[in-house]
Amino acid sequence: MSEIQGIYVLWLRDVKKFFRIKSRVIGSLGMPVFFLIFLSIGFRRASIPSLPEGISYGDFIVPGIVAMILLFSGTFSGVSVVWDRQFGFLREIMVSPVSRTAIALGRTLGGATTALLQGLMLLILSTFIGFSLPLTTMPLAIFSMFLIAMAFTGLGILFSVFMRDVHGFQIIMNFFVFPIFLISGTLFPISEFPEPVAMISKLNPLTYGVDAMRYATLGFSEIDPVTDFAVLLLSTFCILLTASFLFSRTEVE
Amino acid sequence: MRIGLKAGAAEMKPIVVRELIKEFGELRAVDSVSFEVEEGEIFGLLGPNGAGKTTTIKILVTLLKPTSGEAFVAGNNVLKNPGAVRKNIGVVFQDTTLELDFTARENLDFHARLYGMSKEERKRRIEDVLSLVELSENADQLVKNFSGGMKRRLEIARGLLHVPKVLFLDEPTLGLDARTRRRIWKYLEEFRGDTTIMLTTHYIEEAEKLCDRVAIMRKGRIVAVDRPEALVKRLEGERVMVIAESAEKLRSALKGFSIFERNGKLEIFVNSAEQFIPKLFEIARANGVNIEEVSIKRASLEDIYVKLTGGEV
Ligand SMILES: Nc1ncnc2c1ncn2[C@@H]1O[C@H](COP(=O)(O)OP(=O)(O)OP(=O)(O)O)[C@@H](O)[C@H]1O
Ligand SMILES: [Mg+2]
Repeated sequence: MSEIQGIYVLWLRDVKKFFRIKSRVIGSLGMPVFFLIFLSIGFRRASIPSLPEGISYGDFIVPGIVAMILLFSGTFSGVSVVWDRQFGFLREIMVSPVSRTAIALGRTLGGATTALLQGLMLLILSTFIGFSLPLTTMPLAIFSMFLIAMAFTGLGILFSVFMRDVHGFQIIMNFFVFPIFLISGTLFPISEFPEPVAMISKLNPLTYGVDAMRYATLGFSEIDPVTDFAVLLLSTFCILLTASFLFSRTEVE
Repeated sequence: MRIGLKAGAAEMKPIVVRELIKEFGELRAVDSVSFEVEEGEIFGLLGPNGAGKTTTIKILVTLLKPTSGEAFVAGNNVLKNPGAVRKNIGVVFQDTTLELDFTARENLDFHARLYGMSKEERKRRIEDVLSLVELSENADQLVKNFSGGMKRRLEIARGLLHVPKVLFLDEPTLGLDARTRRRIWKYLEEFRGDTTIMLTTHYIEEAEKLCDRVAIMRKGRIVAVDRPEALVKRLEGERVMVIAESAEKLRSALKGFSIFERNGKLEIFVNSAEQFIPKLFEIARANGVNIEEVSIKRASLEDIYVKLTGGEV
């Protein structure tokens, strides 16, 4: 019971904080909105052979940019555990009766929820530039977004275990987050990649995440949607398991 | 081993530390530290920067694992049974762990939930601790608008919210003005005898006025543990200050005593000033030295502290 309470408190804290600090929300939405606008304007006349009739690059890019915000925001909130462990609130939780596993899960759930909220806001904003949201498949879209957010928040926490201070953050952004973002079919269909790159992208959970989102919002997918969800579920599960196991062994310095 | 597993938690003192060592690479931050804290006692850990106070506390509250040695809090081994330790402790860290974007009440509410308190209990206890630290009126303000003293008081309230058996406070009054510091002592005073309290401090006055017993720590080691008065008596005795015409002559006549010269005054360390002073006059007369003034100074804990920690404060 107190474990559930612990998870709930950590989640509640993240969500409350998200709604309280409006400037942070606006700040984090800024970049993806610009990406969305400029990419869809710039490529509006480009023809991409692997896109079917009726799906413009502007439509194609929306799930990609939403995935980007899930990836960035999720990883960031996971890694920021390092911060909290050193300076903040987290130390207080680490000496409470709530288990480390529950802390890792609560934190992941909180970070993933705020990432998801940002993703949803972006999705709604995208309707203003002509993206149409099919209501019937929205639950499926939200589900895939949630899984992406959980996976990358979990990965962020996993990284945080190996970090002693916040200086490693830049390395993670440049050598992990950006490559994951670029080699995932967020910006181009993976069938446009040369074969070796396409192979690598098949190892990237985000590839399946974006594809699942495209399936749910556009009805278009490059991979079998069942495979998408299976891979997404499995990798999220494995990440959470590893992250909470490693987190439960950390010391706070 | 004196305390076997079967002896049970009930008979054990609230804090027992044996031969505790913590190394950070080459550095030995805590070096074979042993002490015990009695039920209901306010126990102080006094020492200069870097003495290892925070590290000791972090081990006791299960945040750091000791390199070797053992420690028990509320009858539970911090290494083998950290969960049971965490259920019984409250902690106030050296630097704030409050959530600044939330109100005082929200901070307390989060905390109460972490300890699985029921809704009514939460409500009642939050009001209780807020009024204890005189923050009832500020309960719904954002913590980021609080002064340093208010934050500290809120943290103490939070540490006490779930009625812990043992409360740890790492420099509870650091950087606070004298009035706020006294206020905090007053709150802690109320728990003397009921809650076991272990605190660290730089302020000797704090150790002297608030603590039942004090351990003086230096470079990872505990150099003395006792009641503040006993420490003073045991380690220092008394000082007799003398102003004499020919101080040098008197000084050489008093060979064998521990003497310092300060601003033309001789400072003589003795066990009992009453017994020493007649002797002093005798020796002075025998050496033809004229004594102008004699005064007795009883050492303070500060003198002991400076002496034991090698002059670093
Ligand atoms: N995580 C760490 N890694 C490496 N060294 C550390 C770490 N934590 C503490 N130390 C070192 O251990 C020693 C003891 O530090 P500690 O924080 O326990 O001192 P302290 O008595 O609390 O000092 P202060 O009064 O300044 O708070 C210091 O030399 C410090 O630099
Ligand atoms: Mg300290």
